[in-house]
Amino acid sequence: MSDIYLDNNATTMVDPAVFDEMKPYFCEQFGNPSSLHNFGNKVGFALKKARKQVQDLIGAEHDSEIIFTSCGTESDSTAILSALKAQPERKEIITTVVEHPAVLTLCEYLETEGYTVHKLEVDSKGRLDLDKYKSLLSDNVAVVSVMWANNESGTLFPVEEMAQMAAQAGVMFHTDAVQAVGKLPINLKESAISMLSLSGHKLHAPKGIGVLYLRRGVRYRPLLRGGHQERGRRAGTENAAAIVGLGKACEMAAEHMAFENTQVKAMRDRLEEGLLAAIPNCFVTGDPDNRLPNTASIAFEYIEGEAILLLLNKVGIAASSGSACTSGSLEPSHVMRAMGIPYTAAHGTVRFSFSRYNTMEEVERVIKEVPPIVAKLRKLSPYWGENGPVENPGEAFAPVYA
Amino acid sequence: MWDYSEKVKEHFYDPKNAGAVEGANGVGDVGSISCGDALRLTLKVDPETEVILDAGFQTFGCGSAIASSSALTEMIKGMTLDDALKISNQDIADYLDGLPPEKMHCSVMGREALQAAVANYRGEVWEDDHEEGALVCKCFAIDEVMIEDTIRANNLSTVEEVTNYTKAGGGCSSCHEGIENILTRVMAERGETFSAGGAVPAPAPAAAAAKPGKMTTLQRIRKIEQILESIRPALQADNGDVELVDVDGNTIYVNLTGACTGCQMAAMTMGGIQQRLIEDLGEFVKVVPAPKESLVSMGA
Repeated sequence: MSDIYLDNNATTMVDPAVFDEMKPYFCEQFGNPSSLHNFGNKVGFALKKARKQVQDLIGAEHDSEIIFTSCGTESDSTAILSALKAQPERKEIITTVVEHPAVLTLCEYLETEGYTVHKLEVDSKGRLDLDKYKSLLSDNVAVVSVMWANNESGTLFPVEEMAQMAAQAGVMFHTDAVQAVGKLPINLKESAISMLSLSGHKLHAPKGIGVLYLRRGVRYRPLLRGGHQERGRRAGTENAAAIVGLGKACEMAAEHMAFENTQVKAMRDRLEEGLLAAIPNCFVTGDPDNRLPNTASIAFEYIEGEAILLLLNKVGIAASSGSACTSGSLEPSHVMRAMGIPYTAAHGTVRFSFSRYNTMEEVERVIKEVPPIVAKLRKLSPYWGENGPVENPGEAFAPVYA
Repeated sequence: MWDYSEKVKEHFYDPKNAGAVEGANGVGDVGSISCGDALRLTLKVDPETEVILDAGFQTFGCGSAIASSSALTEMIKGMTLDDALKISNQDIADYLDGLPPEKMHCSVMGREALQAAVANYRGEVWEDDHEEGALVCKCFAIDEVMIEDTIRANNLSTVEEVTNYTKAGGGCSSCHEGIENILTRVMAERGETFSAGGAVPAPAPAAAAAKPGKMTTLQRIRKIEQILESIRPALQADNGDVELVDVDGNTIYVNLTGACTGCQMAAMTMGGIQQRLIEDLGEFVKVVPAPKESLVSMGA
């Protein structure tokens, strides 16, 4: 039996059709798109087509609003640092406690540089308090950076509404949408979003290509200065093959948008239903009513995530975990902790993330394989008794040096 | 993904002595749920001989935490308590053919559980003297608390000093920003301001600066051996060693042995040895691993 890949929020397979589009741009169409001759010119036209394909997927008004970058992280850094450079008198940033490290680590660094960072907290389902958000918007805020969809729980933030509120207060709004683009319909021309980051490898394009959407008229300062590429807003020779691949991937994502929100969602829902029915003491994290169609985040209590992943891997199932041990840090996922999930569950949270390449047969196999793995690890756990958690787990097992 | 040894996988997939021992008379609970690691070790000790008759573990933790627990119970069964207490966390890691640096704390937890269980058997109260912080230096597995404590205890003020005292930052140097941040914070406690020295590393002292002096081939080889001898304790502290195989003009062939074999730091260690030899010999030499063939010919 072939392995089952359920880690599509980490990265996705390059679609074979995307790869086919890219192939000529290595050994045949290798010219520099800035060159005048035929070698370059043809590549230039290919980039133009790709830009249009990206524009169509995210509903941008102009193709010049698409800036190709090297990855989602570069887009995030460019957006936030640009907002600060362009408005030096504004020294505050609003973000959330559950952002991806691409935003959070940068903001924490900016704090040491003297900026004030307001991190909006979330409730137990990962939702924001919009009244609190409104109260923070002021002339001191350079930029709001809020993710569209959470990479761990899949929970969606109301970024369109939040962008409106920011616009009314005259504040720039950036969204890290790497998990949302390709999975949800997006129409930026109808929104007040100033900047948006996306990443190719999350939607079946290759790694090493990202986009910063920059609304026409939003003040901007480039991160990389040099050549005139991307109209001087992101210097450096274009990654032509990857850009062509991303264009194709965007076109295909648009074609599969309905499939994603019906078939893919059905697989996710079946997995959750099957696992929750078969396994005691587990629950779905995040906001089940308002989340990505492809993401299931399930906390298995009293066991640890890395151990689950290793055993899943052994039976050919690839998933992901927010446990401390998978990242090498000591704390469990900041997203799970922010939602107030206790340590005994936060460490055992596993994320299953689907793509259009998964099948219902795979889902049924996973539903069969997971329960014995959980049972095996619980048998080893000091928090677990014969048939369920020990009574008062916190008291029955209270190790020294907590 | 982690680079786990076959031995670690074996003990994780098929753990030995899982579960609580029946009639246990020594129990040790250690770990930290916030770190995602917790271990209960149960021992059945013969009161006459103090021999560990049986040992069992219950672990909430990752693959290497479970493997370390399993390994520990296998190691201590049949030992006297005094012998068992001599087991270091390095011994547990060695038993498993090594652990990734980020996972060494799993073996530490094993040793602590053993201490706690023995203390419990003897009616003593075990106190943990070890606090763990976030891993800063991944090359040498040095955590934040260790660096902070060392800076405080020795009044350190540069990254180089931190490296000399703890080894942190002595490898790939990518954690220097982290060490500088710790220095900034700890030095502020004592009212000082951290100031970084040069932004680029100081060049190695020119080889020509030392006196070349004429040596016979024999004197030269003796000198090389002397220098290696002086480096040896540092390598042995990490359970490694070095041996001189051959000298051919400017090229010095050595073998790294013991824990150095296959260690990801081997290349760095070679570089360090070369640096010392250049400085002490006063000439430029190249230190390279001895080719396999020369081993064969030496054996013949």
